[in-house]
Amino acid sequence: MNILVCISQVPDTTTKVKFTENNTKLDTGGIQWVINPWDELSLTRALELKDDPSSGVQKVSVAHVGPASNEATIRKALAIGADDAYRVDTDALDAYQVAAQLAELVKTGSFDIILCGIESSDYNGSNVGGMLAEFLDYTSVSGISQLEISEGKAIVNREIDGGKESLAVSLPFVGIVQKGIAKEPRIAAMRGIMMARKKPINVTAAKDIAPLTEVKEFEPPKPRPACKFVDPDNPAELIELLQNEAKVI
Amino acid sequence: MSVLLYTENWEGKFKKLTFELASYASGVAEMLGTGVTAVSIGSVDDQELKKLGEYGVGKILKADNEATGQFDTGVYAKIIADAADKENAEIIIMANNNAGKAIAPRLSVRLKAGVASAVSELPVSVSPFFIKKRVFSGNAVAGTEIKTEKKIVTLSQNSFDLAEKPADIIIENFDAAAGGPSGNIEVREVERQSGKLLLTDAEIVVSGGRGMKSPDNWGPIEEFAKLLGGATACSRPVSDEGWRPHEEHTGQTGKIIAPNLYFAIGISGATQHLAGISASKVIVAINNDKDAPIFDAAQYGIVGDASKVLPKLVEALKEAKSA
Ligand SMILES: Cc1cc2nc3c(=O)[nH]c(=O)nc-3n(C[C@H](O)[C@H](O)[C@H](O)COP(=O)(O)OP(=O)(O)OC[C@H]3O[C@@H](n4cnc5c(N)ncnc54)[C@H](O)[C@@H]3O)c2cc1C
Repeated sequence: MNILVCISQVPDTTTKVKFTENNTKLDTGGIQWVINPWDELSLTRALELKDDPSSGVQKVSVAHVGPASNEATIRKALAIGADDAYRVDTDALDAYQVAAQLAELVKTGSFDIILCGIESSDYNGSNVGGMLAEFLDYTSVSGISQLEISEGKAIVNREIDGGKESLAVSLPFVGIVQKGIAKEPRIAAMRGIMMARKKPINVTAAKDIAPLTEVKEFEPPKPRPACKFVDPDNPAELIELLQNEAKVI
Repeated sequence: MSVLLYTENWEGKFKKLTFELASYASGVAEMLGTGVTAVSIGSVDDQELKKLGEYGVGKILKADNEATGQFDTGVYAKIIADAADKENAEIIIMANNNAGKAIAPRLSVRLKAGVASAVSELPVSVSPFFIKKRVFSGNAVAGTEIKTEKKIVTLSQNSFDLAEKPADIIIENFDAAAGGPSGNIEVREVERQSGKLLLTDAEIVVSGGRGMKSPDNWGPIEEFAKLLGGATACSRPVSDEGWRPHEEHTGQTGKIIAPNLYFAIGISGATQHLAGISASKVIVAINNDKDAPIFDAAQYGIVGDASKVLPKLVEALKEAKSA
């Protein structure tokens, strides 16, 4: 059984994002790029399953749609433990275009479980996983916080409003992953970093697929009013402000 | 041409989110000079459905058959796509919640419709279709053009005011998705806490961080939330430590919420935490470190030890309520 983990490259989550060219482009100067946090957790879970021989997982691959300059991020995934990697050589333009490229890639391989993060922390779209599933006509389950494999099926927990469901899903399927899927992301050890250098990154040419959306400009969020401090010995004043000034209680 | 709204139901009932969506859909329809049709999937009685008419929905397609009993996102996307075709819908609207996030992308591919997700305002213009959406986990807004003929918009919860607009409503049975359930998903267990206020639905949220020091100190947080009719939440380390259940974790990797009032108690205000709560209308911070970044996001603050301030605050609230 083979697992493919789709990874997106995003600015480190502490980055104070800035824009250039009249707020039409992300200012990439000084940005530390990381694997999207949910994708890192998906990869960790996939590797945990592979470590357990009873799971039947033989290979964990990663896929990324992006230019050669993103290979450092792919190497990171290989260093963490992925067996091999695929890169579709094009700039990622929107979720639709990325998912369409990934679908072409999946069709040429043999993957039983495909994992995507619930969102990518840059454009917060929550779209690639579901789109990929629809392109492939695979079942998808979104918001999964647990993944096991048993008797050739994926056993997942899916979050629903006010609770959760445990599902058995036939393969192949696309699992769209959220918090809980793995506790902490696995970190690359020295040995992993050495080995990653020898692992293959298979580069494929992109299909000509147009995006459906285009970001035209960015705006910083509206500034918040300065904080009004209340005397800790007089919390009644806070209650009064919330009732009569902010009118929220 | 019309606007199609997908209305999810919770055990046959709608909630405030549904009417926020209907209000939003009516606003978009007005910009287009058209009406709103809702598609309801699953078992909802007509009395409940009619409530949509108060927010400008003129027609409801009721899809309730064997294909709709189980939440299989592929099947749901098919039903909504069929409804969109039938109604010649140009814009399809749904919530940016668990269900919406699962359905919208599948529907996008099916209809070749561009998606703008996590939106909290009406479009800036409908032709070209230009809309603002949340990006970089709340650190920016992106003005986005959807270039396709059909468009999908997912609306963030608690971000759009209800707007009553009584309309005459027609309810039509909609024979959905031939073929039935895919058979690829088998539900083995369902755990549901009914009756509990969901964090995402709450208008007031009281949240505790590592500064609360121990899970044993949550009593006043729970009491305060209860008095306010709100829900409790926490920062990530608090749920990682098992002090509080995972459903309470707010932030970039947890729940993203937009209540009217958010109390951050003993929470430092890390960017990843703010990512989940920065859309709150009013933020109140209680922290013993006057330089904690949470005070930059907060509108009201108390610098002090939470273990001393919070009980006093609970008392003050009780007094104000009995006055
Ligand atoms: C990829 C990634 C994703 C993340 N996602 C999230 C997320 O979704 N949500 C999230 O919350 N975090 C997230 N984090 C973690 C985040 O960076 C912070 O570590 C976390 O938010 C800190 O939690 P805290 O404020 O409770 O604890 P701390 O940072 O330890 O802050 C505790 C605060 O309590 C105050 N305090 C201490 N004692 C008292 C007292 N007696 N009275 C009053 N105040 C007191 C302190 O001054 C301090 O400000 C993420 C991190 C990464 C790397």
